[in-house]
Order: sequence, then structure tokens, then C-alpha cells
Amino acid sequence: MSIEVRHLSHIYGEGSAIRTVALDDISFTVEQGEFVGIVGHTGSGKSTLVQHLNGLLKPSSGQVLIDGEDLNGEKVNRRALRQRIGLVFQYPEYQLFEETVAKDIAFGPKNQKLGAQEIDRRVRKAMESVHLDYDTYAEKSPFELSGGQMRRAAIAGVLAMEPEVLILDEPTAGLDPRGRDRILSMLEDLREKEKKTILMVSHSMEDMARLADRLLVIAGGKLAADGTPREIFSDPERMAGLGLDVPEAAKLCAALRAAGYDLPRDLYRGEELREHILRIWREQRAEERAADGREARRTDAPASRTEVRKADEREAREAEGRAEPDSRADARKGAKPC
Amino acid sequence: MLTNITMGQYYPVDSPVHRLDPRTKLILTIAFIVGIFLVSNFSGYALVLGFLYFVARTAKIPFKMLMRGIRPLRMILIITFLLNLFFTPGEQVLVSFWVIRITAEAVRQAVFYSLRLVFLVLGTSLLTLTTSPVALSDALEILMGPLKKIHFPAHELAMMMTIALRFIPTLLDETDKIMKAQMARGADFESGNLISRAKAMVPLLVPLFVSAFRRAGDLAMAMESRCYRGGEGRTRFRVLKITRNDWIAAGITAAFLALIILSGKVLP
Repeated sequence: MSIEVRHLSHIYGEGSAIRTVALDDISFTVEQGEFVGIVGHTGSGKSTLVQHLNGLLKPSSGQVLIDGEDLNGEKVNRRALRQRIGLVFQYPEYQLFEETVAKDIAFGPKNQKLGAQEIDRRVRKAMESVHLDYDTYAEKSPFELSGGQMRRAAIAGVLAMEPEVLILDEPTAGLDPRGRDRILSMLEDLREKEKKTILMVSHSMEDMARLADRLLVIAGGKLAADGTPREIFSDPERMAGLGLDVPEAAKLCAALRAAGYDLPRDLYRGEELREHILRIWREQRAEERAADGREARRTDAPASRTEVRKADEREAREAEGRAEPDSRADARKGAKPC
Repeated sequence: MLTNITMGQYYPVDSPVHRLDPRTKLILTIAFIVGIFLVSNFSGYALVLGFLYFVARTAKIPFKMLMRGIRPLRMILIITFLLNLFFTPGEQVLVSFWVIRITAEAVRQAVFYSLRLVFLVLGTSLLTLTTSPVALSDALEILMGPLKKIHFPAHELAMMMTIALRFIPTLLDETDKIMKAQMARGADFESGNLISRAKAMVPLLVPLFVSAFRRAGDLAMAMESRCYRGGEGRTRFRVLKITRNDWIAAGITAAFLALIILSGKVLP
């Protein structure tokens, strides 16, 4: 299922004193199976944009085409379409209302008028996708869960409709690192195993670095950039101009390049940066060692040479041990030996 | 859909009327209401209309905006009109069939009372359109101040009003958001009969109540952590002052009242 947005504009409060242009002539196409990140400053229009993608808001002008068909056309059954394009709102845990988690998750499938068996199957599957154990949580009240669990239960409520496209608005906002990681790995699974098309709005560039195939940058209601994370994160200054951050690894990379280190300009993942830093570090040590070696030969003391090498190896091991994959703090530490 | 409620909606422009002390506006509005009840004939209403037009112009409020305040009351208006039309006794029968008898007096009275209602609403909307809710509850608190002597909780009432007013837009936003979230899960709020529609409200109302209570708890906590302990000894950020403009406004309203009383005596 493809989503095509054509010259989409949205104006709030048309014809009044509070008229604001929320979206201004936005066009892009999302293909089946893509993971698209939508980033932008607060108030840039991201949330307004995603609400257009399943017909909750009507564009002031322009079109949203689902598989080539206008979402706001007269004959389109928007309620049915909304079930094919699942939208998870910001802080979705505030929409929970049923007595039990299972009943709440069943709300969507029930609205699809499915049979009891099918509903049950879907509830179980959705809970499994969000890593909530069915036997433990199904009969609990959603209000007894922790914040992160509530969030996942709410996301399960959308997944249970088995949408072809999943849109999430700030799914990790306000969660602790562990809750955040759970949501992200859940999304990774959905992409890998179920090949779902996913659009995610987020402030967190780290999340985007980890997941997105493609980024849409929205600024002031306009589409400011559309490209791979590698392209977009390689220009931290431009992003700063749009009021946006880049991942810590990209920042560190830019700082190291400015300090004269030989790094490619488009690194943005912790692990790839670590590889490059280790490479440089090894090269430097090798040079030093060569210099030491020359000195040692001159003073003719072979014993010290092996000692130096041993010390080098120990240090290298430590450096590698410290630079654990996929963590910005560690990427910073990994840089220390330079 | 939820945004076109004008009653009690502040229209933020800068005008002499907006700048008046809220206490003045409150008292003058009460005087205006009294004035409306003193009107005994249609020429009095012409005066009222003229006065309203003058105030609305000075306040830079479009007349259309003002008229919008009547919309929520249209049912009451229609009922008032019909009741007066059918049940006022009189001599001059205009229409008479079956049990219905409409007299000339009834027509006059139906129009008269309906107009009175319309003017009441217009007058009070002028107050709320030109006065922010916070200023209004400040004014109420001060005006009710003397009642504190008989242990009337003036401050608490004013604070409750301020908080309630402050949270109306927040709750409306929240309603809109939850509604959309449930619609995204296939909820249907628009079709079906009365019972199925009432049932459809459950997924909206439960989260709304939960969040309202959560907000109330948060707010109470925030107020307490800033040492809020009621009105005793509390000073104000905005100190209200009576200025020359307030006296002018009072003068104009007094002249208006005098004219109304006069018109009742002199004109038919």
C-alpha cells in the first residue's frame, strides 16, 4: 500500500483572527515496506500531517492518495480505510478505557465487526507483538499497568486491527530508556518480520538513526528535506538552522573532523563511528610504535619493545571493551583514546 | 465542531471597553440588565439596540460575532415565543382554529419577551467578549469581598471559577484528541440510534474523566508546592484601578438608563 501526498496544505481557523497555516504545500510518496521518520521542531506541523494520512483531518487544499485513490473522495469509506492505516497518537495511553487490557485491545477489531475467535486471535497476536504477556496482563485493568506498559497496550489496540501501514506520533515520548528501547525493538520486529510500512514522528534523532530508512524534515509547515538519514545527518549546521538536532554520533563525528581527524562526514551510528575511531587509533599507535621501535633499536634494548607491545594490546582491548555498540555515551568514551 | 461556542469567549482586541476595570463592566452590565427590565415599549428597545451597537462599536467587536452568542439559546427563544403566542389572553383575535387562538396582544407580547431575552444575552455576551475570564473572576472576588464577613467563600468561589474556565479549552482539546484516537480505532460517533450513540460515548468519556482527575490532582499538587493556602493575605499580580474612563462609562450607562425610564413615561 502506497501513500502519496500531493501539494497538501492545511489552514487552521480559516477566515478568522487566529488563522494559521499548519501545512504548506507538502508532497511526498511513501512506498510499501519503507520506514519513514518524520522530524521537525515542536509546532512544525508533524502531528497535523499524520492526521491527514488517515483522513482524520481534511486538507484545505491538495490530496492524499492511498494506492492512487483520493482519501477524501466522495465514495471512499474512510472508516474502513482508517483500519488499514493505523494511527497511534501521541501519549496513546490516555485513550485506554476498558475494564481489561484484552477488552481494550479488542475495541478496534470489534469495530471491524470481526468474529469472536478472530478477535481473540488478534488480541493475542497484538499483545505478543508489543511484548505484553497474555496470561499475565490480558485480564488486568489497563489502569494498573506502568506507563510504558500502558503505552504498549495502547499500541497493541491499533495493531490488533492489523493495519497495513502503521503511523506513530512520538511513540517514545516521556518513557524511560528501557520503555523506549522496548518500543523501538518492537517497531524493528514489525518491520523485519511483518514488512509493515511504518511512519514515525519523533523528536529523538537517536531513534531515527536506529530505525529510519528515510527522513522527512518538516519546518514551519513545509517539507524542508527528504532523504536518507545519512544524507540528512551529514549536515548538522543545516539541521541546527531548522531547530533540530542530529544524533550524538553525528555531532561527535563533526567535532572530530573539525579537530582534524580523517573521518567520513556522514557517520551517524554509534557503532560505525566506533569502528572508524578504533581504526584511527590503531593507526596512530602503530605509528608511535614504529617510532618507539626505532628508538629502542637505537638504544638496543629488545626487552622493552615487547613490553611496549603488551601494553598497547591491553589498552586496545580496554578501549574496545568500553565502546559498547549502540550507545551515545559509549561512543563518547570510545573517542577518548584518540 | 466544538470551537464555535461564543458565550463566554473572550475576543482579544484592544479597545477602550476592553481596558475598563472588570468591576465597572460587571456592575454596568447588571445596570444594563435592570434597564432592559424597565423597558415597557418597543421604542425603549430601539434605545437598547442603539446602546448595544454603540458599545460593540467602541469595543471593536463585529456585530456578527455578538449575534453568534444567541445561537445556543435558539430553542429557549422559540419556546418562549410560542408559549407567549398561544397562551396570552387578549381581545383582538387574529387567528382562531381548533383550540388555537392567537390574539394581537399575544403577538406583541411574544415578540416583546423574545426580544428581552435576546438583549439580555447580547448584553452579557458583550461583557464576556470584552473581559477575560480571569479578570472577570477577579472582579467577582472583589465585589463579593464584603460577604466574607458572613463566611461566604468568595475567594474559593472565584478560584474555582478561574480554574474551571481555564480548563475548558484544555478539556475541549483533550476531547478532540481522544475522539480522534478512538476514530482511528474505528469508533463511530456519528451514526446509529440514540442508544448506540450513547454507548459510543463510553470510549470517549472514560479517558476524559481519567485525565480530568489526573489533571486536578496535578494542579492541586502544583498549587500546594507553591504554598497556596487560600485567599488570606494573598496579594494580586494585577491590581485593579478605577480610572477616568470607568467614570465616563458609568456616566454613559446612567444616561442610557435615564433615557429608558423617560421613554417609558413619554413615548407610547
